[in-house]
Amino acid sequence: MGEPNGFHRFKGTPSYIASGPLVDAVNCAVALERPLLIKGEPGTGKTLLATHVAEGLCMPMLSWYIKSTSKAAEGLYVYDTVQRLNDSRFGGGNVADIRRYIKLGPLGRAFAAPERHVLLIDEIDKADLEFPNDLLRELDEMRFTIIETSEEVIARERPVVVVTSNNEKELPDAFLRRCIFHYIEFPDAALMKRIVAVHHPNLDTTLLDQVLIKFYWLREQSELRKKPSTSELIDWISALLRAGITPDQIEAHIPFLGALLKKEQDADALQRHDLKGGRYPTRWSELGPRYNQ
Amino acid sequence: MFLELFYGLRDEGVPVALQEWMTMLEAVKRGLHGSNLLRFYHLARACLVKSETYFDAFDRVFARVFRGVEGTLDLTDEVLEWLRDPKNFPRLSPEELAALERLTADELMQRFLETLAEQTERHDGGDRWIGTGGRSPYGHGGQHPTGIRIGGAGGGRSAMKVAGERRFREYRTDVALDVRQIRVALRRLRQLTRTGLATELDLDETIDETCRNAGEIELVFRPPRRNDVRLLLLMDVGGTMEPYYEPVSQLLTALHEERGLREFRPYYFHNCIYDHVYTQARLIRANAVPTGNLLHHLDERWKVAIVGDAAMHPTELLEPHGGINPHSTSPTPGIAWLHRVAGHFQRAVWINPDERELWDRTHTTRLIRRLFPMFRLSVDGLGDAVQALVGARV
Repeated sequence: MGEPNGFHRFKGTPSYIASGPLVDAVNCAVALERPLLIKGEPGTGKTLLATHVAEGLCMPMLSWYIKSTSKAAEGLYVYDTVQRLNDSRFGGGNVADIRRYIKLGPLGRAFAAPERHVLLIDEIDKADLEFPNDLLRELDEMRFTIIETSEEVIARERPVVVVTSNNEKELPDAFLRRCIFHYIEFPDAALMKRIVAVHHPNLDTTLLDQVLIKFYWLREQSELRKKPSTSELIDWISALLRAGITPDQIEAHIPFLGALLKKEQDADALQRHDLKGGRYPTRWSELGPRYNQ
Repeated sequence: MFLELFYGLRDEGVPVALQEWMTMLEAVKRGLHGSNLLRFYHLARACLVKSETYFDAFDRVFARVFRGVEGTLDLTDEVLEWLRDPKNFPRLSPEELAALERLTADELMQRFLETLAEQTERHDGGDRWIGTGGRSPYGHGGQHPTGIRIGGAGGGRSAMKVAGERRFREYRTDVALDVRQIRVALRRLRQLTRTGLATELDLDETIDETCRNAGEIELVFRPPRRNDVRLLLLMDVGGTMEPYYEPVSQLLTALHEERGLREFRPYYFHNCIYDHVYTQARLIRANAVPTGNLLHHLDERWKVAIVGDAAMHPTELLEPHGGINPHSTSPTPGIAWLHRVAGHFQRAVWINPDERELWDRTHTTRLIRRLFPMFRLSVDGLGDAVQALVGARV
């Protein structure tokens, strides 16, 4: 297939398994210089993606972790008036030079940097509803003006912007229109085996099958309030390996449940399942037609 | 062909704007799809669709446009739109009813799906197509003895399968989205004021004071801005409110999760407010709180939202001892209590889950609307209700 205009292509990295559509979405965002909006269940590697995009494209990375109190302007720059006031009082350097008190935020630094950066704006939905709208112009034109010094910061290289959202809030339409969107679906069993192989390369296949059967079975249980995620599965396998659990031991019950279920109600629900004499599946076919191997 | 995809998506209600369309064309121009239909599918989806809730609609349109395959035979909103308004056709005679063929359930479903595939526009009357008020076995408000009812309320008894229910079950997966929309509507329930401890540095004032103080730094603090809205929620439970369990519980979930409110107190009642309201949805004496105490303790700045259908028997509203719960009758009629609530608080709204058209048909609803501004329990209605609670008076 043709690879036109020869820009760097992201192909995934050895320690991050990305599906084909995700790779395409990343490359589309890189080529069109649009922000890439990533959504998906918690624990599917949204935040991790940015690190690996940076690694795959050999670019430095800047992160901006959004909190509920974050303001859009903080990403561009902060004018440290208190420091200046303090310096004017106690004589610390040249107070007349306002530039010394302008501190660029992550977005500002990505613009000002000489080389192309990957900029992660993590959990944008945590901030106020208007937050994404306040960034529209800056992300579109990749430039902003520092009002205090009337200096203009113009991006020499448009950064690759990766935005993650946990769906806590609806994002404004105007912001969405500018983004390339990708929803990281929960990995199916085949992809999950590849993901697990990255973290635990020498895992016994019968053990892995048993582990995944239990894992997907748990996720199918509608009583659970919080489904276990990929990262929890990886942790759980680590715990199982450390304890030297064998495949037979895991057939009858689920050890180290705390690594998978984080809510008291969920642990209780499973205990009730035990008390009722419920058993756990041991073959893929027991999970239903979707899991037929 | 490409334009067909664009308009197809818009027809399905996916919000696609020209800007996104241009983005996709740009991507295609650069060959990012690698001349591969599957990759084009993912590329187009990434550029055009911005929420996973529209993925299903995108799939249907894409399949239709690019493979010549009809969209899956599913109950779309369009079909329900056709059926929303049952026209009042003249009643059929028993002979006509008998003349209509009696079909088994499976045959009926099969024919329904076939007809749905053929049908392209809204249809009223007649005896073949899906529509309202006809003699066709499929549709709404029809009179076929063994008909399938699609959506709408169960007016007739003969509907042996409520096909619409399937659709609602599918929509259940969107519950999270609905709660989110409600939360967005509630987010405007704010009145920011500065009260409490002075913990935030007031920069302008500090500079001012420092200048006044001949350069000697004088720090000035002020209380941080905080939401001052306190909300009293009174909810009608049981009886006629039963069908609205889902939207009402979503509203309650959203309110409980709304951290911004300064105080939030939910109470429950049945049909109308009398001498007592209840702290739990189980209206037993142990949970009862005298309504008078509530008015005594909560000052007039509390915002009041009453959720209920306002439809009841007139005696329940107007007569002493009108409450239908025989264990807790009250000498004061409900309307008097509603008057007190409306008079005590500066802002109060009534949120009604019933359709707006039904409001004027019920005597008690008309009476209550004179006391409280009434809004529908929908995302838009909630937005207006919030505006009425905290916005400027109009």
